[in-house]
Amino acid sequence: MSETVLSIRNLSISFQTASGMVNAIRGVDLELRKGETVAIVGESGSGKSVTVKAIMRILSSNGQINAGSILFHYEEKGKRVTQDLLKLSQKEMRSQINGRRIAMVFQDPMTSLNPTMTIGNQIMESMIIHLKKSRAEAHERALELLHLVGICDPEKRMKCYPHQLSGGMRQRVVIAIMLACDPEVLICDEPTTALDVTIQAKILELIKTIQAKTGISVIYITHDLGVVAKVADYVTVMYAGKMIERGTVEEIFYDPRHPYTWGLLSSMPDMGSPNEKLYTIPGSPPNLLHPITGDAFAPRNVHALNIDFKLEPPMFKVTDTHYAATWLLHENAPKIEMSETLKARMDHVAKEAESEWGEKQSYELLI
Amino acid sequence: MGNPVQSFTGGDFELAGNSERAQMDHTYTSQSYGRDAFLRFKANKGAVFGLVIIIIISFFAAFGPMMNEHTYKSINIKHKSLPPRIEGLENFFIFNGVANGVNAYEQKGLTDVYYIFGTDTLGRDLWTRTWEGTRISLYIAVIAVAVDMIIGMCYGLVSGYFGRSVDNVMQRFIEILSGIPNLVIVTLLIVVLKPGFVTVTLALMITGWIGMSRVARAQILKLKEQEFVLASRTLGAGHFRIIFKDILPNIFGQIIIMSMFSVPSAIFTEAFLAFIGLGIPQPMASLGSLISESFKSMTIYPYMIVAPVFVLALLMLSFNLLADGLRDALDPKMKES
Amino acid sequence: MRNYVLKRLGLAVVTLLVILLALFLMLELMPGSPFNDEKITQAQRAVLDAKYGLDQPVFNRFVHYIKAMLSGDFGVSYVIQKNMPISAMLEARLPVSIQIGFQAVLLGTAIGLLLGIVAALKHNSFADSLTTFISVIGVSFPSYVFALALSYFLGWKLKWFPLLYSSAAPFVSTVLPTIALSMFTIATVARFTRSEMIEVLSSEYIRLSESKGVGSARLIIVHALRNALIPIITVLAPLVVALMIGSLVIEQIFAIPGIGSLLVTAIQINDYNVIIAVSFLYSIMFIAIMLAVDILYGVIDPRIRLAKGEKHG
Repeated sequence: MSETVLSIRNLSISFQTASGMVNAIRGVDLELRKGETVAIVGESGSGKSVTVKAIMRILSSNGQINAGSILFHYEEKGKRVTQDLLKLSQKEMRSQINGRRIAMVFQDPMTSLNPTMTIGNQIMESMIIHLKKSRAEAHERALELLHLVGICDPEKRMKCYPHQLSGGMRQRVVIAIMLACDPEVLICDEPTTALDVTIQAKILELIKTIQAKTGISVIYITHDLGVVAKVADYVTVMYAGKMIERGTVEEIFYDPRHPYTWGLLSSMPDMGSPNEKLYTIPGSPPNLLHPITGDAFAPRNVHALNIDFKLEPPMFKVTDTHYAATWLLHENAPKIEMSETLKARMDHVAKEAESEWGEKQSYELLI
Repeated sequence: MGNPVQSFTGGDFELAGNSERAQMDHTYTSQSYGRDAFLRFKANKGAVFGLVIIIIISFFAAFGPMMNEHTYKSINIKHKSLPPRIEGLENFFIFNGVANGVNAYEQKGLTDVYYIFGTDTLGRDLWTRTWEGTRISLYIAVIAVAVDMIIGMCYGLVSGYFGRSVDNVMQRFIEILSGIPNLVIVTLLIVVLKPGFVTVTLALMITGWIGMSRVARAQILKLKEQEFVLASRTLGAGHFRIIFKDILPNIFGQIIIMSMFSVPSAIFTEAFLAFIGLGIPQPMASLGSLISESFKSMTIYPYMIVAPVFVLALLMLSFNLLADGLRDALDPKMKES
Repeated sequence: MRNYVLKRLGLAVVTLLVILLALFLMLELMPGSPFNDEKITQAQRAVLDAKYGLDQPVFNRFVHYIKAMLSGDFGVSYVIQKNMPISAMLEARLPVSIQIGFQAVLLGTAIGLLLGIVAALKHNSFADSLTTFISVIGVSFPSYVFALALSYFLGWKLKWFPLLYSSAAPFVSTVLPTIALSMFTIATVARFTRSEMIEVLSSEYIRLSESKGVGSARLIIVHALRNALIPIITVLAPLVVALMIGSLVIEQIFAIPGIGSLLVTAIQINDYNVIIAVSFLYSIMFIAIMLAVDILYGVIDPRIRLAKGEKHG
């Protein structure tokens, strides 16, 4: 197992809103190792984006970090340094970490580029700031980057403004901006959600290729399990601001333990089983304005135990890499398996995702 | 991991029977748009304050001049230049009838005479004149809204709905019209028609609606391609029905907001014209002309200017706050923060 | 960009023609002709008509009129200063008006921008409340109320500044009028800058720039301000109008010998030629400023600048 790059411990964040304090993150732990990809999965509002915004320290001003640490391990002048990112001032964070060592690709490429600045200037900016490169050097490197992300005629594109490029092109530009200073960690916040399906596959492929070339560690946020199956080594499932299950991608897809993960997996559309009605998880996520007792998922959980409404489940260990927070894993709990139909469906889905990935790769090769 | 010292009761690890239970969604309560907007408006203290003040000022504008025996033009030279004095508040520092260290009432032997806002240099009651002037401002406000609604809205809706060459011609016309400073339009009108009620009204009619027509046009351009309009058209609805029955209700929020914003600027324009003597002619009064008159004797009788300035500023402030509040309530997306 | 500028330019010219036509028609329709003197004989009248081209057809007269107006020949004043060429009157008065207008715009936008930016950065702080307060006050009081308050307290009571304009002290005596005139600009600019900056600062591309590690000074000046300024440009038109109307009053209060007070006097005593000349001057200034604003808009916003340019290479 390779060395740890980033570890989040017991992170807790709340937001002051007009209607009161919202506890968006209620204790999150995350481990990212060099060269690996961790996917964070969950419904909208489960706290995925807030978690990574906390890493980047770009939370909106009404957000406050109540507890926890984000330890970042990196090499500086040949020495290994460990730094709690939450202890840095905003200024130190911007000048030492953001863009330089940790970079982030945003969800919507249509709004994440500055409309009044040329593509070239936006790519060169961070190199000039962090690496103190001259404009000529930065220009040279920007051309390389545009080439790397698959934009043809980079010389001409450098002078373009964002509105002159398509969505897929813009997302490539964002990736180029983020790779400019060779960061150690790349955070991708639903980078393909706003794009066409055909472009999605290409962007995913691009990130994979870059990861293979540069050994960068990637945190991938998505609610699309198909994407997870394609890109991730490890998966973390979040629900209502908490991590409820984590494990390798195989463990999560073939042996999920948390009822929420079951629900999530079975609500994936599946072309292999045409007769079935698409499964949906009943109800909707809890309002985090109100304090939560017990398991946040309990009201929607058909397998909920009485204790689920009283006491929050701890993380139960399944294997060395696989943990889940559900009382069903307690020794006293009744043995509940997911239903056979679901199991069959999930097997199918997992296989489908795998094979789709294979198909896509061969498809890419053909082009 | 977890809490190792844990005591569980017997029933803890039994199924709670959720599988049979209907999954009702209790987390969020939904509200109608109108109720939502009303609540947002009510929560905005500034807007509610503005509305209350406008109601109070309108009340005084309507009934204030009838509250005493004076009329706006009744001159009483014996009572000229009296500072404010209110019965029962003689010891209260601003309403004691004392100005510049002299009690003008005692000096003139007027022990049982009271003027709430005082009198002007001709002995006219400022209370009556101030509320008469407020009537003018409120009349201007009504005209501004009417012009916005009748001319501006229809112009914008027609221009945006029909598009192409109709839109092209109508927009060029607006661009040219808005290129003429409204000061020049007002000047020319005054030269041709002489200052007065009609001139100010016409000036507002000529230029006041341009902003509204732009908003209405932008909104209709956004909406006319949407499915519900298409559906209505497929069902055979005519242009008139589509514009006024299908589209208008959807953009009415913006229209109201915009018309509220045009009120302060209309009142402003009148107040300016009145101040330079181009508004309502004497002996009638508007807030602007009252301020202008009392400005001439401001260094001797500073109290004369207080009431009209206060009422004008309060009125402007209230309309601004109300417009802001309505915008936040009716269209949260337009909200400033 | 070239097409855009040409289009704007064309529109400005048409607007100018419309204004000239309106002024010309007004002059034609006005009952008080300078030659309506009963002592003038028919023959003398014909000579005068020929001299001033009044015997020509209307269209020719209009063309002649345009030529005269554009070359700065506005005729003479009949009432204010008998037979004084109006262009000479304007020459003497225009610089004062422009000086005060310019000072007010400068002061107004500088303070307005500063207040707006600080308020947006320190959202919900004291500075924010102060800005909101100033902007509400600034749009709620007509500028003459500020002028009166300033001249009463700072001029009359404290005697810090002169009450009236004096050409001997062109700066000190314009301090009060400048402040009074700039209040509306301060309020409007501050209010718009604040709301635009708040919106831009919460946008995704600002998050992205932060993620790149752009420092806060650069973030605000290079990334946020430029984008926030684009919509602010659109409020410049009403501001210019407000300044023009405001100048009439302010020049009246402080006895400033500018074109605003000239217009007011001319209207009050029906000196038509002066009214027309000043109206024309105001129109030209307004059209020129609007044209400049439109072109500036194109320069600052690449989406407009490149909208047409792309097809032409």
